[in-house]
Parts: sequence; structure tokens; C-alpha cells
Amino acid sequence: MAAKSGAYRRERAEGDERNKRSTSAARPAENTATNLDRLIHERTRLAIVSALAVNESLTFNELKELLRATDGNLSVHARKLEDAGYLGCAKSFDGRMPKTEYRLTAAGRRALEKYLNHMEALIRVTREG
Amino acid sequence: MAVPEPFRSQAPVGIADHARDNLRFIRETMERAASFTAVPGWGGVAMGITALGAAAIASRQASPLPWLLTWIAEAFIAIIIAGWTTYSKARQAGSSLFTGPGRRFVYSFAPPLFVGALLTVLHLRSSEIGPIPGQWLLLYGTGVVTGGAFSIRIVPLMGLCFMVLGAVALFSPWTWQNALLAAGFGGLHIIFGAVIARKYGG
Repeated sequence: MAAKSGAYRRERAEGDERNKRSTSAARPAENTATNLDRLIHERTRLAIVSALAVNESLTFNELKELLRATDGNLSVHARKLEDAGYLGCAKSFDGRMPKTEYRLTAAGRRALEKYLNHMEALIRVTREG
Repeated sequence: MAVPEPFRSQAPVGIADHARDNLRFIRETMERAASFTAVPGWGGVAMGITALGAAAIASRQASPLPWLLTWIAEAFIAIIIAGWTTYSKARQAGSSLFTGPGRRFVYSFAPPLFVGALLTVLHLRSSEIGPIPGQWLLLYGTGVVTGGAFSIRIVPLMGLCFMVLGAVALFSPWTWQNALLAAGFGGLHIIFGAVIARKYGG
């Protein structure tokens, strides 16, 4: 329970922060760059989101094996996505082993869809121009 | 920080290439993620080898009933191998068969197998075992196609091969059935299992 409300608080705080960032950086010349979701543009985070888009949930170890990432690298990037409200995270115990399970939130799925549309739009625009 | 410089550059070709590269990266990650724990490659090879053994034993049976029972016994051995390798693979990755990526595969794979078992009982009761091998191949193939629909492309492709063999078996003479079962449950499992194991990690 406590962990859940904590995550919720973080999600809201991060959301506010992002809104601030986008208004302060709203320069027309950089429109394409600012609209791009930097949070999932980074390769490891993009891989985490993509992997979770086709699985209901994946454990930390599954993601680690899949992405061939180190513990530290994966946890840093997963935390960033979690803080943004893109990932949900459930911690439990499998016997005595701690188990962390990630799943994509609705916001995370939307972010990936937006990112995909963005990439497709970029390809379309350059083809037409 | 990996700032996406190409997006601000003036070269439109660079932007499109970068975007295409990103899309390819997403697709490849999804393909690997959808299948990497679900389908045990070496398990497929092991199932194929036992199936070839079963084909050899079955070919020596004089009448259709012991022939069929040999293959049914092989089916149970294969289910145990598949279950155990899938379970241990999921276990290694720290997930359970029914919560991780394997769940969708199991859920879409089981119904056609259930139908196959039911039809086998039905045909055995009416002593009309001619269509059984064809149905097995067809329904097993159906399960693999549906279970692997969102997986790496090689999985549904294996299912399609099974379905083709099943269709051939349905319209082939009884003397061909043993070879067709061996080609499917033996040959296809070994070939595709080895490819999956080598390319997609176990």
C-alpha cells in the first residue's frame, strides 16, 4: 500500500516537472526536438518500454537477460521510467529471493504510441519533401 | 546524455534514416521480448528426437492400434519435455509460466491440443483412426501458429509447416502416416528447435 501511494506521488511530481520543462523550452525552431519524448528516446529505456509492450509483465531478471544490461544500468533506467509513470513496479518475494516485476502503464503505452507516430511522421515528411 | 542531434540537423535523409533505425530497433526488441522465454528451442530438439524414436518403434507395430498407442505415449513424453523445459526456462528468468511471457503461449496453445485429444478419443471409439495423424499435425500446427502469432516469425512458420503436413496426411494413404508424423513431430521440431535455440537463446 505504502509503496503504491509513494509511486503515485512520484508520478504526479514528475508530471508537473515535465509540464514546466516543456513550456520553458517551447521555441518554434526546435519543435520536432521538443515534441520528441526524450524519456523513451534513450535506447535502454526504449527497449524496456518495447519489451513490456508485448508482455503483460516482465521481471527484473527477464529484462536484464533480454536487454543484456547490467543490474545498475537497468535499475537506473527503469527507475526513470517508473518516476515518469510509464512503468508500474511490484516487489515481492519468491521464496527468499526478492522479485521485481515491471509492467507498462497506460501512460507508458501512450508514450510509446506517440513515439512510434513521431518516427513515422519523420519518415513521411522527409519522403514528401 | 544522448541528445538526438540528427533531428535538429538540416539533413532530411539523416532524420529519416534515424527514425527508421529507431523503428527497427523497437520491432526487433518486441520480437525478442515476445518469445525469449516462451519457446524452448532445445526442448523442441529433444521432442523431435523422441518422436523419431517413436516413429521407429511404431513402424514395427503390425496393427493400427498399438501403432497409435506408441504415438500417444510419445505425445505424453513430448508434453513432459515441453512443460519441463518451458518451466525451467521461465524459472531461470525468475518468472512463472502463468504470469510471464509464456502465459499467452500456453493459453493459446492448449485449446487446439484439447480439441485434438477429444477427437482422438472420438475416433478411437468409432474405430476409425485413419484421420487421427492428420488431425494431430493440423491441430498442433494451429496451436503453434496462434501461440506464436506475436512471437518471432519463425514460430508461426513452424506451425504453418505442421498444418501443411497435416493437410497432406488427411488425404494420404495409411501407409504414409508414420512417415508424415516422423517428418512433423520429429523433423520440424529438430530443425526449428535448433534454429530457435541458436538464434534466440535456448
